[in-house]
Parts: sequence; structure tokens; C-alpha cells
Amino acid sequence: MSELMKASYPVEAADYTSAGSASADIKRRLKKLGISGDVLRRVAVASYEVELNLVIHSLGGVLDLSVYPEYVQLVSTDRGPGIPDLSLAMREGWSTANDEARSLGFGAGMGLPNMKRNADGFDIQSTVGVGTTIQMKFNLT
Amino acid sequence: MKVSELRELIQAENMTPALSEDREITCGYVCDLLSWVMAHGDEGMAWVTVQTHMNVVAVAVLSEMACIVLPENIRMEAESLQKANDEGMAVLTSPLTAYEICGRMMASGVPAHN
Repeated sequence: MSELMKASYPVEAADYTSAGSASADIKRRLKKLGISGDVLRRVAVASYEVELNLVIHSLGGVLDLSVYPEYVQLVSTDRGPGIPDLSLAMREGWSTANDEARSLGFGAGMGLPNMKRNADGFDIQSTVGVGTTIQMKFNLT
Repeated sequence: MKVSELRELIQAENMTPALSEDREITCGYVCDLLSWVMAHGDEGMAWVTVQTHMNVVAVAVLSEMACIVLPENIRMEAESLQKANDEGMAVLTSPLTAYEICGRMMASGVPAHN
């Protein structure tokens, strides 16, 4: 299936100042494509959550956006450290955020569950010492 | 209720005077945990928080809120205000506590949910 658009955003660990800039650009691009309303909002929220997860928890990574005629795809790939217990990480309220993140108001343990809630398709794979990949799909039709 | 009407209701100062105050407020919320707000934020929301850093503006914009409301005369730093102005997100600061701001919004008919 042919892509309507593709964009890639490197996200650095602990870069709280730029956090949100990838999500803001993704939202702008989707708006230009005429995507609006509920889908746009859900992609925006989920992309911000996954971007913040890269900033707070990863050693750095990349957020990839692909837009197809039928759906929007977001893929987050990081360079580690990996999640030892995925079922625990998916539980609302569970967080391993550090003091810096918590002082900014993050670390409620809502990130992964919120991504899953907002996306039409959600998949997470993680290997300790290697990294975590999160794939999300948002239906356009 | 428009942002201008909320400003009067809570005796607030508009910290983003260059922006329109005509945006309609459809619901209200109070919380300082940003990651919690990401999960519960909604379109048209007036969000009361003591947080003032850049990520507050990002959360409000991504959730398409109507405005950010700071209680107890808290000021937002210039960098965050610049971002709020750039993104068209109104910021009010009120001398009232978060409790009283929410009480007045509720009494004036602003619901908790859209």
C-alpha cells in the first residue's frame, strides 16, 4: 500500500525542553492532510505519550510516522534499556519515572495504558538490554 | 462560557492578552500530574494547574483545551508564555485557590465532562 506521508523524529533521553515538538509536528502534518476531529486528537495524545516515554524512560530513540490511505501508523523504537515486566508496565498507576520527571508532573503511570486506549491497534515488544518497540495504528476509514 | 467570562468570574488576569478570549469552555478540570491530565484532558477544557513549565502548554494544545488557569496568582514563565502565544493557548492567572476556582466554575454550569 502506498504511503501518503512518512516522517522520522529522533528523540533524546531527558530532553524535557524539546519534549512535545515531534508530536506537535505530527499533528500539524496530519491537519494539512485533512485529518481532523477525534482521530487527530487521539493520534496527538498517543504521540505525545510515546514521545514523553522516550524522553523519560529510554536511552534515546526514534518516532516514525507513516500515513496510509486507510490508517496512520506510529512506531517508537528506542536503544534501551528495555522493560523487564511488560504486564506491570501496562498497569495503570505503575511508573518507574525518576525524580526529575516526577517534579515536572510526569510519572503517573498512565502513559502506556493511555496509548493503548487511544490507538485502534497497539503492540509493544521489549528486550532488556536491547530496547523497546511500540507500534500504534489509527484507522482513518 | 467564554474564556473572557471565566476571567471575570475568577477575577483573573489574562497572561496572553494578544489572544482571543472568545473560545468556548465546555468543561473544567484540576490536576497537576501532567501524565494524568494527558489521559483525562478534553477539548474545550479549562484546566486548573500550579504547573507552569513548557510541557503544560504542550499538553493543553494537544488535548485542544480552551485555556490554562493558574491559581493563587502563580505566574507562568516567559518561555512557556511565548509557547502559549505561538500555539494560541490562553493562560489566565487568578488570586483564588484552585478549590475556589473550580467551585465557581461548577456553580456557573461548567461541567466536569463534555
